[in-house]
Amino acid sequence: MRIGVITFPGSLDDRDAQRAVRLAGGEPVALWHGSHDLEGVDALILPGGFSYGDYLRCGAIASLSPIMSEVVDAANAGMPVLGICNGFQMLAEAHLLEGGLIRNDHGSFICRDQVLRVENASTAWTSEFEAGQEIIIPLKNGEGGFIASEETLDRLEGEGRVAFRYVGVNPNGSLRDIAGITNAAGNVVGLMPHPEHAVEPGFGPDTAAAMRSGVDGLGFFTSVIRRTLVEA
Amino acid sequence: MPTIVVEVMPKAELLDPQGKAVVGALSRTGHGSISGVRVGKRFELTVDGPVDEDLRAEVAALAENVLSNSVIEDVVGIHYEQSNAEAAAEAAEHHDGYDAPAGETH
Repeated sequence: MRIGVITFPGSLDDRDAQRAVRLAGGEPVALWHGSHDLEGVDALILPGGFSYGDYLRCGAIASLSPIMSEVVDAANAGMPVLGICNGFQMLAEAHLLEGGLIRNDHGSFICRDQVLRVENASTAWTSEFEAGQEIIIPLKNGEGGFIASEETLDRLEGEGRVAFRYVGVNPNGSLRDIAGITNAAGNVVGLMPHPEHAVEPGFGPDTAAAMRSGVDGLGFFTSVIRRTLVEA
Repeated sequence: MPTIVVEVMPKAELLDPQGKAVVGALSRTGHGSISGVRVGKRFELTVDGPVDEDLRAEVAALAENVLSNSVIEDVVGIHYEQSNAEAAAEAAEHHDGYDAPAGETH
């Protein structure tokens, strides 16, 4: 399975996302923001970073990139799309996901291993998890506060479109502890924490078993690979 | 050259962490009488041609769709201003004694 990872000017975690795809058994395909060619990939990842230096609004200028017109078309046609951190901000700016991300309520950048609860285990990127399962993956952001109108929040909750919720600590003031959401079809998922940094023993979050042994992020990538194999 | 000014503010009902940090600093430096600060953005758009109805409509759409994000921000003003050079030329014409500072071009 070929999974495209789009690099924008200022992307930081594109190589980590490619590595995560490889470790999960997929074939990563590096894509460039200035192109209009998705190169026939089966799924897409918009990685973390600080595209365009967070100018205008986080993810706003990247959401106007040439390749984003193809991303929007592919997402609307059902292709799995995962937006991580800055990628989540881009998906919100491109109106593929609802709500918006604003500066953390405490005003500081935060970097920590974060406990999340998987609220929706039937999306393209979460089917390897159990609903209600708690996972630990790194979180690192300055503008990760998820907001939306009360009406939108109620609708997201009612339709089961809250994909992940922060557990224990709300690290950025996100309304209703929302860490990530999905679109109605379940193919587009965005979240602020970083699954691609928890995919290989020795380089992930600490666990009770051993330091840096956490690989809870791997399930995101194996989910989309298994789903596509089953559908094929 | 006409300048179009677009002003954008974080939505009133949302916490503005930047404004909160500024008001905290003001309070610490003896300006406790300032009880609130909200920080927004001002865009200055320069256009080469005349400001007609089409351009006004285009700017209004850009203000809503690109310069702001309606989920988190409001467009609070769109003004059409002369550039400083134009204002100076006009003032000189009316002989009201305005001297444009040397090198002022914006």
